[in-house]
Amino acid sequence: MKTRSTIIVTVYIVFLMLPIYWLLNMSFKTTNEILGTFSLWPVEFTLENYIKIFTDPTWYNGYINSLAYVSLNTVLSVSVALPAAYAFSRYRFLGDKHLFFWLLTNRMAPPAVFALPFFQLYSAIDLFDTHIAVALSHCLFNIPLAVWILEGFMSGIPKELDETAYIDGHSFWRFFLKIFVPTISAGIGVTAFFCFMFSWVEMLLAKSLTAVAAKPIAATMTRTASTAGYELGLLAAAGALTIIPGAIVIYFVRNYIAKGFALGRV
Amino acid sequence: MIDRVSNQKAWLMVLPVILLVAFNAIIPLMTVVNYSVQETFGNNVFFWEGMKWFEEVLRSERFHASLGRQILFSFTILIIEVPLGILVALNMPRRGIGVSICLVLMALPLLIPWNVVGAMWNIFALPDIGLLGRAINGMGIEYNFTQNPVSAWLTVVAMDVWHWTSLVALLSYAGLCAIPDPYYQAAKIDGAGRWQIFRHIELPKLKRVLTIAILLRFMDSFMIYTEPFVLTGGGPGNTTTFLSIDLVKIALGQFDLGPAAAMSLIYFLIVLLLCWVFYTLMMRSESNTS
Repeated sequence: MKTRSTIIVTVYIVFLMLPIYWLLNMSFKTTNEILGTFSLWPVEFTLENYIKIFTDPTWYNGYINSLAYVSLNTVLSVSVALPAAYAFSRYRFLGDKHLFFWLLTNRMAPPAVFALPFFQLYSAIDLFDTHIAVALSHCLFNIPLAVWILEGFMSGIPKELDETAYIDGHSFWRFFLKIFVPTISAGIGVTAFFCFMFSWVEMLLAKSLTAVAAKPIAATMTRTASTAGYELGLLAAAGALTIIPGAIVIYFVRNYIAKGFALGRV
Repeated sequence: MIDRVSNQKAWLMVLPVILLVAFNAIIPLMTVVNYSVQETFGNNVFFWEGMKWFEEVLRSERFHASLGRQILFSFTILIIEVPLGILVALNMPRRGIGVSICLVLMALPLLIPWNVVGAMWNIFALPDIGLLGRAINGMGIEYNFTQNPVSAWLTVVAMDVWHWTSLVALLSYAGLCAIPDPYYQAAKIDGAGRWQIFRHIELPKLKRVLTIAILLRFMDSFMIYTEPFVLTGGGPGNTTTFLSIDLVKIALGQFDLGPAAAMSLIYFLIVLLLCWVFYTLMMRSESNTS
């Protein structure tokens, strides 16, 4: 029984790791070796691809741009979602159910539907090709998600906490910031993780809202694939580097991850 | 669920969220509606066309074909990912160092940018330099996802299974961890077998997370764009041209704004309908359990 479990999980994880291993393998090879020979590990081990990325501003700026709009979006989404989620979990108000549903529909809106109008909208208000534009546009799906997850976590906190604080004479905002927010810090961590994740992996909107100054790493990669021939090694190295921020974030929230995936509603 | 007090001032707390989302949702949506009922020949000159584009899209074989491909794809990946995800979740360790390792490694594919997922699978599956392509061809099976429609289709499905099964697994795992130990002890006393425990204890308790998992997966797979676009570009031919890919082809490739906008709205309405079913189901299961 025990060994069978281990085998199933191991096989699954090996399946997950194989493409990643191949990507890493390619990233340490030279273009000649990739196209010329087939080997399970780099024969002429080279760091050239990585050096190129870390020394060429068009490459490393891609990472900086991506991280900039992702962080901006995460902070923005979580901070506006906090009071809203509190309102949904604690109060009844006119149209609350409809509003919640409307928010959720935006999480489900296909980005392909919005790509072109977004381009026009952000060009019209002179934000095209800025980090702010991408961060704002990602709010479309991240804010609903953040409200949804946070509402789940907040509903798990007994109302007595609020009531005791008011009896003790705390004002609402004092209670909210000093007592309530620290109480659900785990939920905030999970929410931030999800906002980071969906903003980091989304590429269609990020690409159509930027040209040069705020170009995400993904756009740099596609442009390299098409203009500079087919530099697979470089592409693989760039791809491998995009895994790192995600891996770091996962490591920090690993204990909350399972709970967060259940959106606080288990 | 806790009972909530009536308070209309709560609107003020929700206001920033409404403003930000409405800015991103309503203005672009109205732009799309605007295009969908007009014809343009450039220079910002528009002519009223009424429902013409909608009728055209709903009758076009091209739309039917991509919708059919989309539905087939979404159901295929659900049939694979859900049982596989549950199987993995059931066999994951519950305590010790293994938990962290499993969680971190399994969550890894979820945090890779979607175009990198496509590029990674491209490199992985290429018949001449890719590990997968080499291995399958080495076994004597003809495999080339850039030319053979069946190979392309299977590669896109395999890529999606690789990418998203972990989401189902982690959700189910969270659901399983929430089952209290006494349930298992009771089952043991009654002499229940492994399958009976799963069928009568675990599956009912998983119902709620599985609803979330299935509907999230269905909806996200319904919007899939970047991964198959990078991997196959929708080809060979149109084999892997799903709704989003087709839409972008029409809107940004051919710049047929009218038909593209009408198609967007029909597409969005389909998703909205699914979303409504999702929401109703979720709310119903919530009121049943509490």
